[in-house]
Amino acid sequence: MREFAYSRAGDLEEAGRLAEEQAGRFIAGGTNLLDLMKLEVETPKALVDVSRLPLGEISPTEDGGLRIGAMVTNADLAADQTVRRDYPVLSRALLAGASGQLRNKATTGGNLLQRTRCYYFYETSAPCNKRNPGSGCAALDGFNRIHAILGTSDQCIATHPSDMAVAMLALDASVETRLPDGGSRTIALKNFHRLPGQTPEVESNLQPGELITSVVLPPPPKGRHIYRKVRDRASYAFALVSVAAIVAVENGKIASARLAFGGLAHKPWRDRAVEEALIGQEPSEALFEEAADLLLKEAAGHGHNDFKIPLGRRTLIAVLSEATKEAAQ
Amino acid sequence: MTTDANTYAMDEAVGETRLDRGTQGVLGKPLNRYEGALKVSGRAPYAYEHLAGEDVAYGFMVTAGIGRAKIRSVDTSKAEAAPGVLTVISGDDVLRASALPMAPAAQTIDGEVFHYGQPLALVVAETFEAARHAATLVETLYEPGQGRYSLRDQLDEAVNPGPGAMQPDNLRGEFEAVFAEAEVQFDETYTTPSHSAAAMEPHASVAKWDGDNLTVWSSCQLLETNVIQIANGVGVPVENVRLLSPYVGGGFGSKLGIGPDAVLAALGAKAAGKPVKVALSRQHVFQTTSRRSETIQRVRIGTTKEGRITALAHENFVVNSTGNSFFEPVAISTVFLYAGENRKITHRLAETDVLMTASVRAPGEAVGMLSLESAMDELAIRLDLDPIEFRKLNEPEVAPQDDLPFSSRKLLQCYEEGASRFGWQNRPEKPASRREGEWWIGSGMAAASRSHQLMKSSAEVELAPDGRATVRTAMTDIGTGSYTILQQITAEMLGLPPGHVTVLLGDTALPPSSGSGGSWGANSAGSSVYLACEDLVRELAKRLDVDPSDLTLKDGQAIAGNRQIPLGEILGGETLTGRGTIEPGKTAETTNQASYGAHFCEVAVNAVTGETRVRRLLTVAAAGRILNEKTATSQCYGGQIWGIGSALEEELVIDPRTGLLVNHDLAEYHVPVNADVPQLEVVFLEERDTAASLLAGKGLGELALAGVGAAITNAIYNACGVRVRDYPATLDKVLAGLPDA
Repeated sequence: MREFAYSRAGDLEEAGRLAEEQAGRFIAGGTNLLDLMKLEVETPKALVDVSRLPLGEISPTEDGGLRIGAMVTNADLAADQTVRRDYPVLSRALLAGASGQLRNKATTGGNLLQRTRCYYFYETSAPCNKRNPGSGCAALDGFNRIHAILGTSDQCIATHPSDMAVAMLALDASVETRLPDGGSRTIALKNFHRLPGQTPEVESNLQPGELITSVVLPPPPKGRHIYRKVRDRASYAFALVSVAAIVAVENGKIASARLAFGGLAHKPWRDRAVEEALIGQEPSEALFEEAADLLLKEAAGHGHNDFKIPLGRRTLIAVLSEATKEAAQ
Repeated sequence: MTTDANTYAMDEAVGETRLDRGTQGVLGKPLNRYEGALKVSGRAPYAYEHLAGEDVAYGFMVTAGIGRAKIRSVDTSKAEAAPGVLTVISGDDVLRASALPMAPAAQTIDGEVFHYGQPLALVVAETFEAARHAATLVETLYEPGQGRYSLRDQLDEAVNPGPGAMQPDNLRGEFEAVFAEAEVQFDETYTTPSHSAAAMEPHASVAKWDGDNLTVWSSCQLLETNVIQIANGVGVPVENVRLLSPYVGGGFGSKLGIGPDAVLAALGAKAAGKPVKVALSRQHVFQTTSRRSETIQRVRIGTTKEGRITALAHENFVVNSTGNSFFEPVAISTVFLYAGENRKITHRLAETDVLMTASVRAPGEAVGMLSLESAMDELAIRLDLDPIEFRKLNEPEVAPQDDLPFSSRKLLQCYEEGASRFGWQNRPEKPASRREGEWWIGSGMAAASRSHQLMKSSAEVELAPDGRATVRTAMTDIGTGSYTILQQITAEMLGLPPGHVTVLLGDTALPPSSGSGGSWGANSAGSSVYLACEDLVRELAKRLDVDPSDLTLKDGQAIAGNRQIPLGEILGGETLTGRGTIEPGKTAETTNQASYGAHFCEVAVNAVTGETRVRRLLTVAAAGRILNEKTATSQCYGGQIWGIGSALEEELVIDPRTGLLVNHDLAEYHVPVNADVPQLEVVFLEERDTAASLLAGKGLGELALAGVGAAITNAIYNACGVRVRDYPATLDKVLAGLPDA
C-alpha cells in the first residue's frame, strides 16, 4: 500500500472540494478499494472519506418511488421493509452477494463502483489493460472461466461483479450525483456503466470528483420479482450467471418484462429486444427459448467460459418459467 | 523410575492396559478443548502474535513475477531508501519455498527463479505497511528461461521417483495378461487438480536473537525437523536455535516443512538488530509454500462376470519441481483396499517449473480414492451389482500385495452400519429417477481407508507434591486436540481429574516429539505420554510396595489392597518425573495397519444449472480407540468438508503459459463455505488395535477425507446420470451431460 493522504468530508461541499484539490478517491465502506490498495492495484494519492456524509437515509420519492442514500449499507438496504415489500428483487440480489460482514460495511454507492474480480486484474505482474492500459489482456487467452461473453472487446473480457446493480438495472434505477462544481445530475443506471471498448480502465460515466449521492428507484413495477444467481458454491462466490427478472402476466399474456443479467458482461446487462419479444405474448417454452436465443445471439465464449452460453440460456428459460408459472395455468 | 528415556518399541501387540480399565473414566470422553477458552478469548498467541508490545520490525517478502529465469540483478537501493526501511535481505540463500518435511534444509534460490511467485528478498521496516510498500520498489532484472508448466506436456519425461511415502511400484502376478483376458474390463482415466492447504493461519514467524542464540516462534507441525531446517537455513548450529509453536491455526501438511518466512525473519532480525516478524500474505501462502500435485490416474480393473476382481491397475502421473523427489502417493490405499491376484500400481514423477508439491491433508488417499472409489462405483453399475455388494465381494482376507494379516479391519461393519443408518436401500436405483422440483436427487457411497503410522516420540510427565501433573513434549496441536487428549491420557493413567493435568507443547526445549502429520500425532505422542505415566505408576507402586498391576489410581488417590492414600502423601514433598519414548517396531512390518470407514452421501443436482448441493453426509469410521469423542468427531467433520471441497470446488489453477497460480486468494480458490455443508454425521465403531499403538488406536484425522469426494461424485451420477472424472465436479462439467431440464 502506498502512502496516501486521508481526509474526512464533513459535508457534500467539502467532499467535492477535497476530491478536487487532492485529486482524491472517495472511500466509504472500503470493502473493495482497500483490498486493491494493499495489492497496489489501485494507488490513490488521497482518500476522501465520505462515510459520514448524511446520505444514509432511505426515503419515499414524490412519485411513489424510493430514494436510497449512497451511504446506506447493503445490509440495511436488504433488510429495509419497503424494499422487501415493494422491490424484493433488490433485497434478494443484495443477500445473494458477499457475506454478512461485508454487507455490513459495503455501501450503495460503493457497490455500483466495485471493480472486476478478474484474476489477472488482481495480479500486478500480469498484463491487464484495465489496471495498466496498453499492457495487454492476460485473460483473453488465459484462464477465463469467470469472464464475459457479451459486449467484450479485444482489450478486456472482464465482468462486473455486483448483484445489487443487476437488480437495480431491472428496476430502471437512476443515479443521482453531485458534480465537482456543486451542480447535480441524474444518470440512468443503464447509462452509468460502460463496456470495455478500447478504454477498459474507464468503467463508469462519472466525471472525476463526481460523487454518487443516491440511487432512485421508480415506483415499484408490477409483476413477480426473481433474482437467480448461479455460482460455484452456495454462498460467497461471484455470479457465473445471474438474472434479475420482474415479469407481469395479465390475461394470459406477458404484460411487462424487465430482465437484467450479471456475470455475462463488463456491466450489468439489459437487452430491450429480449423484453419486447416477450411482451404481449403467451408464456411458453418456445417463447422463452426464442428470448434466450435473442439474448445470446452475439454471445461469444473464450474457451473456459464457453459454458456460460448454455448456462445463461437455461437459466433465463427457467427464470421465465418460474416468473410466469401460476399465471399461465 | 528411570533416568533414561524409557524407550519402548512397538514390537508386539500390547495386552490389556490401565486404559482399558477406565478407572478414572475420562479417556474417550467428549471433553472440551484444553485450550478452547484461551483461543476464543484471544489468549492463545499464534506465531505472529508473540513479542506483542516489544520493539520489533516487520518483514515483507518480495516475489518473482515470472515463471522461470536466471536472476541478473536484484536492485534493492530504492527499497532501502524508502521511508521506514531498515534493511533488505536478498541473495542466493533466500528459500525457494517450503522445506520438504523430512529434508534437513529447504532449497535456496541460487540466482534463479524456479517458479512464479518465488521469494527473492525480504524488506524489513519499522512498520508492516512500510515493508509491504517497499517490497514493490525492489527491481529485479531477469534472463527469462523456458518454463515447463503443464504435467500433460511432461508425461514423456516422467520417471520412477524411488521410494517415498510408499514404494512407487507395487506389482504382483501378471496384470496385463490377466486384464486382457478378463470377462469384464474397466479402463478409465481420472484427473485431479492441484490443491492448496489454505490453512486459516498464514505461515508466520517471529525471530529474536540473543547473541548467537536464536529464538523463533513459527507456525509449524514437526518441530524436531523444522528447527534443523531453520538452523541450516540461517547457518547456525541447531543447538543455538529454540523453536516454539504453542498454537497453530491449521497446517494440513503445509507446515510439515518450514515456510520461507522463518529463515528470512531470522536473517532479517540479525541484520536489523531487533526482532523481526514475518507473516505471509494470503497470496504468498498460495505461491511460496507448497501445494498438492495435480494427478493423471488410469484405473483398470478386470473382473469375472460375477464381479470378482482378477486384475487391478492404478497408474499415476504426478509432478514436482526441480530437485524435489516427493511424489503424491496417489495409490497408497489401492495397494491394500481390494482383493485381486494380479496387480499393477505405479507412480511416475514429472518435473515442472511450478511451486513444489508436498503433503496436503491425506496425501495419496485424498486424490487417489477420488478415482479408485469412483471406478468401483462405475464397475458395480456395469456389473449390475450394488456398490456395497461389489466391495464385499472383493474384501481381501489378508493384504493383497504382500499377504500380511490386517492388524484390525472393520470395513464390512462400516458398510453395514452406514447403509443401515443412511437408508441405503431406499436410494434411487437408476440415475435421473428421483426429482424434487428443479433438483435431481441421488445417493452415493465410498470406502475410506488410511494407512496407520506410528512415529518415534518422547514425553515426560511430572507429578508435583500437590498431586498435580504436568506433561511436557515438543508435540504440536495444529487444531486437532493434542492438548486435550494428552491431558486425558495422563488423567486416566494417573487417576487424576483432568483439571489437575497441565500440558505443555510446541517447544523444542521440551522432549522431542513426532509432531503432527500423517494422522500419527495422537497415537505417537499419546503412547509416549502413556509410557511416561507408566514410569510414574511403577515408582508409586514401588513406594507402596505393591505390584503396579495391583495399584489403582483414581481421583488423586492411590488404592492398593485395603489402603487408600492421597498421592501427595506418597510423594512426601518430592516431585517425580516419568519419561517415555515410543518407537515403531516389528508390528509395523508383520501386520498391515490402517483405519477404515465408509461414507454415504445424498446430493441434489440442479436440473437447470448443474449446481450440486450435498444434502446429507454420513461417515462411519473404525480407527481403534477413540481418545476424545468430540475432537475426533471434529477431525472427521474437517475431513468431510475437505471432501466436499475436493469433489466440487477446489482447484489451484496453473496458467500453462506462465506458470502463474492464477487463483491465489480465498475469493477465487474456492473451499466450502458454511452454506455448502449440510448437517454432518460421524459414527465411530468400537475397536481396539493393539498392534497399532500402546493406546490401541489408529490414525483418524485424514481417514475422514479419504473417499468422501468419490461418494459425492457417485451420488451425482446416481442423481442425474453424469459421471465426472475430471475433478472438481463444477457445474459446467455437470451441465455438459445433463438430461433436458
